Amino acid sequence: MKVGLFIPCYVDAIYPEAGIATLELLERLGLEVVYPLNQTCCGQPMANEGDQQHSAAAEQLFVDNFREFEYIIGPAGSCVKHVRHHLDAIPQDPDVLHVRQRTYELVEFLHDILQVESFPWAYFRYKVGLHNSCSSIRGLNIALPSEIMGTPFNKTARLLQMVEGLELVPMDRPDECCGFGGTFCVTDEAVSASMGLDKVHDYVRNDAEFIVSPDMSCLMHQQGIARKAGIRMKFLHVAQVLNGGPF
Amino acid sequence: MGDEKKVDVAANAAAFLEQDEVHEPMHDKNLWAARMHRDAAARAVPEWEELRKIASQIKEHTLTHLPDYLREFENNALKRGAKVYWARDAAEHNQHVWDILQEKNIRAVIKSKSMLQEECGMTAFLEKRGITVTESDLGERIQQLDDQPPSHIVMPAIHKTPEDVAQLFARSIGTDPGNTDPHYLTEAMRNDARKRFLEAGAGMTGANFAIAETGSFVVCTNEGNADIGAAVPPVHIASIGIEKLLPKVSDLGIFIRMLSRSALGTLATQYTSHFSGPRRGGELHIILTDNGRSRRLGMPDFWTSLKCIRCGACMNTCPVYRRSGGLAYGATYSGPIGIILDPTFDESRYSELPYHSSLCGSCTEVCPVKIDISDQILKWRKVMAAKKYLPVSRRLAFGAAGRIFEHPQLFRSAESMASGALRFTPHFLLYNKVLNPWGRHRELPHFAGQTFREWYLQYRAKNNDHGEQHT
Ligand code: SF4
Repeated sequence: MKVGLFIPCYVDAIYPEAGIATLELLERLGLEVVYPLNQTCCGQPMANEGDQQHSAAAEQLFVDNFREFEYIIGPAGSCVKHVRHHLDAIPQDPDVLHVRQRTYELVEFLHDILQVESFPWAYFRYKVGLHNSCSSIRGLNIALPSEIMGTPFNKTARLLQMVEGLELVPMDRPDECCGFGGTFCVTDEAVSASMGLDKVHDYVRNDAEFIVSPDMSCLMHQQGIARKAGIRMKFLHVAQVLNGGPF
Repeated sequence: MGDEKKVDVAANAAAFLEQDEVHEPMHDKNLWAARMHRDAAARAVPEWEELRKIASQIKEHTLTHLPDYLREFENNALKRGAKVYWARDAAEHNQHVWDILQEKNIRAVIKSKSMLQEECGMTAFLEKRGITVTESDLGERIQQLDDQPPSHIVMPAIHKTPEDVAQLFARSIGTDPGNTDPHYLTEAMRNDARKRFLEAGAGMTGANFAIAETGSFVVCTNEGNADIGAAVPPVHIASIGIEKLLPKVSDLGIFIRMLSRSALGTLATQYTSHFSGPRRGGELHIILTDNGRSRRLGMPDFWTSLKCIRCGACMNTCPVYRRSGGLAYGATYSGPIGIILDPTFDESRYSELPYHSSLCGSCTEVCPVKIDISDQILKWRKVMAAKKYLPVSRRLAFGAAGRIFEHPQLFRSAESMASGALRFTPHFLLYNKVLNPWGRHRELPHFAGQTFREWYLQYRAKNNDHGEQHT
């Protein structure tokens, strides 16, 4: 199977290891992975501001880069959620609809499409706090949102539990938003920081050593807050753990 | 309202957060506890998600047949001996109230919680005309004594600590300023209110639900204050928003089950009172009020906000509301529901509200009538952006970003732009001076020595024919 690899702009610039881990992991699982070199951004930052005019060109470029692939995989829940649910600043032609339908966040692709049952190469002997982003939970169904009544499921946790040595710690507010919210963290800085700090304290209370997430953007925000508050804690993308590196 | 200043909700929220180390943590903790109670109560109802679906359908059906149900309600209420008035807006609503009071020569009213009366600015209107208006709900009374609007639609004074209330009561009704015992304070308020019930010429209520089939309406409270207010004075005036209609009595059960479970996690409100016509020897006046509702009903993206039953669950679950406090929204309705309702009253004044959300979506999932609150918040942002309500600086920043993302080459050069930490920014924002408060509470992220793309070109791109290979 030939798949397109979508590396969001901030992963490209700040967390290249998360991108490398994603690529390596997909290859280990037997896929032919292509990284279109002309990609920039899915348009989410502008669209989240309500700015349809300026998100349109980025969205079109995204579709042009990825229309030929059977699946498009990105290690980033919020970007994938944008593509799946909100990529609507451009006319909805068949290519656009195809791309919207076929873009998957890494965890849901591994869990739902590839149905991976083990990661024999991975080993991680640490206590891990899991941060499923809001976009992944409530936008991509990666876990049952705590507000919804039903049988709980958590795809990220299920995958992580396949990693030898890894111990997931409980959280007091497992799916409370960390306050990143894209541009929200800048336009509503005080509230955003307060949410992030509460999140970091939740991990500390529950003895987590590493925080792992399918969304590096939330971790970028939480990591910055933890550092400023002098809290030592390490943050990793889920792909790095499932692939066994690079760290 | 249109010429009033824009509400700077982010600045208000920062002020609430930064006032001290007590108020915000308490607000967050108390409302989160309400959310946890709600979860437990909902979990105990196996058909909870089914109930949400049905409740939503009943509301959508009623709203799409609203004129019929309103006429049916009016006819049946008249048959039961109530007087029915129609009010197009706040001014007409208040005028009706004033006319009724004047005709009976009433100088004092006792009222129980009504967000509609709040919306209409009724208390200020009446007080200007020499009427004494007393709130009988404990939280509302606290807010009234402090000259503040309610900060939460179910728990109006939840942003105050017991110490705040003790100080306030000491100033206003003469209690011991050092005694913060809730029982003591509640008792003192009750004693103060008792004589006001007896003096009032009219009792005013809102309504949680109005039933077309019977012409009756239902008021839910936990203190029983609405019942006393409706039973003691000779005149009962009820302000009912036209969206409160339900077709039949048999529809009611589902909403009663969901309302208090969603609000506080209790099985039912303590008092669920049905009013069907005036009581013997008394008068019942019903004011059916539009005040923007029919206009909202005509807005394709936003009409389902009229399904709201005002349970407050979206506020309790909202991580932003819990940290910013309700008064920060500067409007009658706060929290997620406020964000989507307030701009329908005044787009310009409330143009910043839709940005006061991290779009986490918890409100949508918790809402008992399945209002897609989070999606509507995003749609309101589109309205605000299209109508250019955003500050120019922000518009320019996003315009610049948009252009960078259009062009891969521009993007690459922005990415590798010169030196050190700021060569590229989290979501591209930091390099823009207008938008850089990131650093106040956060360390800047470290930028990688080599981008993913550079790594890919170096190690993997040999066989890649998808796009340009030069950087
Ligand atoms: S929007 Fe939904 S959750 Fe919020 S107050 Fe209304 S009914 Fe309750």
